[in-house]
Amino acid sequence: MELTFNEVTYTYSPGTPFEFRALENLSLHVPSGSYTAIIGHTGSGKSTLIQHINALLQPTSGSVKVGDFVIEAGRKNKNLRSLREKTGIVFQYPEHQLFEETVEKDIAFGPKNFGVDEEEIRERVNKALEAVQLPEDMKEKSPFDLSGGQMRRVAIAGVLAMKPKVLVLDEPTAGLDPRGQKEMMDMFYSLHESEELTTVLVTHSMEDALTYADEVVILNEGRKYMQGAPLDVFKRKEELRQVQLDIPEVLEFLEKIEKEFGVSIEYNKQPLAELAKELTSRLGRRDDYE
Amino acid sequence: MKDRIEFEGVTFRYQEDAPPVLKDVDFFIEKGEWVAIIGHNGSGKSTIAKLMNGLLFAENGKVSVDGMSVNPESVWEIRKKVGMVFQNPDNQFVGTTVRDDIAFGMENQGVPREEMVEKVAGSLRDVQMETYENHEPHRLSGGQKQRVAIAGVLAIAPDYMLLDEATAMLDPKGRQEILKTVRDVQEKSNMSLVTITHDLREIVAADRVIVMNKGEVWFEGTPREVFAHKDSLSFIGLDVPFVAKLTEEMKQYGVSFRKEPLNHEEMVEELWNLHSTK
Ligand SMILES: Nc1ncnc2c1ncn2[C@@H]1O[C@H](COP(=O)(O)OP(=O)(O)O)[C@@H](O)[C@H]1O
Ligand SMILES: Nc1ncnc2c1ncn2[C@@H]1O[C@H](COP(=O)(O)OP(=O)(O)O)[C@@H](O)[C@H]1O
Ligand SMILES: [Mg+2]
Ligand SMILES: [Mg+2]
Repeated sequence: MELTFNEVTYTYSPGTPFEFRALENLSLHVPSGSYTAIIGHTGSGKSTLIQHINALLQPTSGSVKVGDFVIEAGRKNKNLRSLREKTGIVFQYPEHQLFEETVEKDIAFGPKNFGVDEEEIRERVNKALEAVQLPEDMKEKSPFDLSGGQMRRVAIAGVLAMKPKVLVLDEPTAGLDPRGQKEMMDMFYSLHESEELTTVLVTHSMEDALTYADEVVILNEGRKYMQGAPLDVFKRKEELRQVQLDIPEVLEFLEKIEKEFGVSIEYNKQPLAELAKELTSRLGRRDDYE
Repeated sequence: MKDRIEFEGVTFRYQEDAPPVLKDVDFFIEKGEWVAIIGHNGSGKSTIAKLMNGLLFAENGKVSVDGMSVNPESVWEIRKKVGMVFQNPDNQFVGTTVRDDIAFGMENQGVPREEMVEKVAGSLRDVQMETYENHEPHRLSGGQKQRVAIAGVLAIAPDYMLLDEATAMLDPKGRQEILKTVRDVQEKSNMSLVTITHDLREIVAADRVIVMNKGEVWFEGTPREVFAHKDSLSFIGLDVPFVAKLTEEMKQYGVSFRKEPLNHEEMVEELWNLHSTK
């Protein structure tokens, strides 16, 4: 499902002393089936932006189009249910929102609410558990007896059980250990592929953006600051530094190598082993190796 | 009697019939040093932090702070020495405004009123939250809450400061800024710093690292010593710095390293050797 933001401005608490313009004249196109990473300093408007995707927020001016659904300033939203069914949002620390007494009930909560029949729910629960790589026998457990990483997976399974077409992830790996982070990101990627999802990832990890995304959008003070393919965006180091963002470590390192040794190595996502080989041959003297 | 936190053969379980989550744990934290505690989720790090400031008590073995055993009688004395910021700051706020919350902590420590006003302002400035004095802590963003929680402990200036994934909700730049603030305070006051973290930059910068695995101390040493165990670290679910991974790969091509580099500067220095020697 494709997403289009058309000159969206969003103001919190307009007309009060707390009035704050969090998005300003933002236009953005996310093609169906793409994987887009949204990056920006804290407070740049990332969470505000994604809450427009399922109409939790409505633009103060401008419009958002999600598939055929139009969310517009000053217009009542019809068919909100069908929009919310198709757009799954994994909020930050989603496990804080678990509340049912069993894992199964928690995952079934969404579909049940949307009137999906019992049989279908059972099927979806099993499939969602499989997708987040939790064993089926976990269904009867209380979510509160699980580890943090497992609780997060249950919460995500609840979103997947809605069978969304658009999956929105707001810093989904915060607080997980390194292995947990990698497993989680790989899991989202394989779902993105197998379910042909349109995926929007809010992240602080330049590495994840580089590894998984087709497109990167940089926000700054509520405006779109940059957009493009990850490697193209990350080449524009100075512009990124101006908004207090780093570039992925591998690029920072290669930049340093160029400065120190005058040796320029093009990064095109080659595996580390290949990079090591290039570095060795370009920096070492010919007779040092074969 | 030494000025330090000491764990001697500490075993802990949350329920009597459950297996222990800490098994025979021994280590110490010296005055003035910065120790990073790392380990997979569930390895026992937060349990260690809670034992250090008397939120939990050891079942077997002994936890002591400056020679004083941590037990229900000593806990108020202990908390004057050991300040802690949790992962989820929501559980930590008591005041209805940011200012009250920080003042409340100081009141508990017996800080005179005259000093309080200035200290609240100072510590909020340190964490760049000075314009939020009158805000409700619960209405702040996750990262802002963490800043306020850290300000609360900085205001008390404890001898030992424990940060349990206390900057996880901040963005990378914010995390570095806050850590620098805490480091400045540490240098000025000889405070000890214990950070529980997954952040590789933070781990590399610490004086010493304690690696936990399944409730046991798996390794203890300088960052360089720890990251020399690349393969087994990844086996227990942890990550190693980019530079360390690259070093490993370059060794495959016959490059030798005088010392294991941990950051870009050290790596460049090593590569100069490769570049200039025969
Ligand atoms: N409910 C709210 N009322 C007023 N301002 C808000 C509210 N929610 C967020 N903001 C402000 O809007 C800006 C953007 O917030 P957010 O979208 O959460 O940023 P990000 O997710 O990039 O950190 C921030 O300055 C934040 O303080
Ligand atoms: N209040 C509790 N009751 C029962 N078990 C707990 C409690 N808190 C933590 N545990 C268990 O103790 C182990 C260690 O947890 P913890 O110290 O929080 O690990 P870490 O901080 O390294 O992630 C985990 O297996 C966890 O599930
Ligand atoms: Mg956000
Ligand atoms: Mg913990």
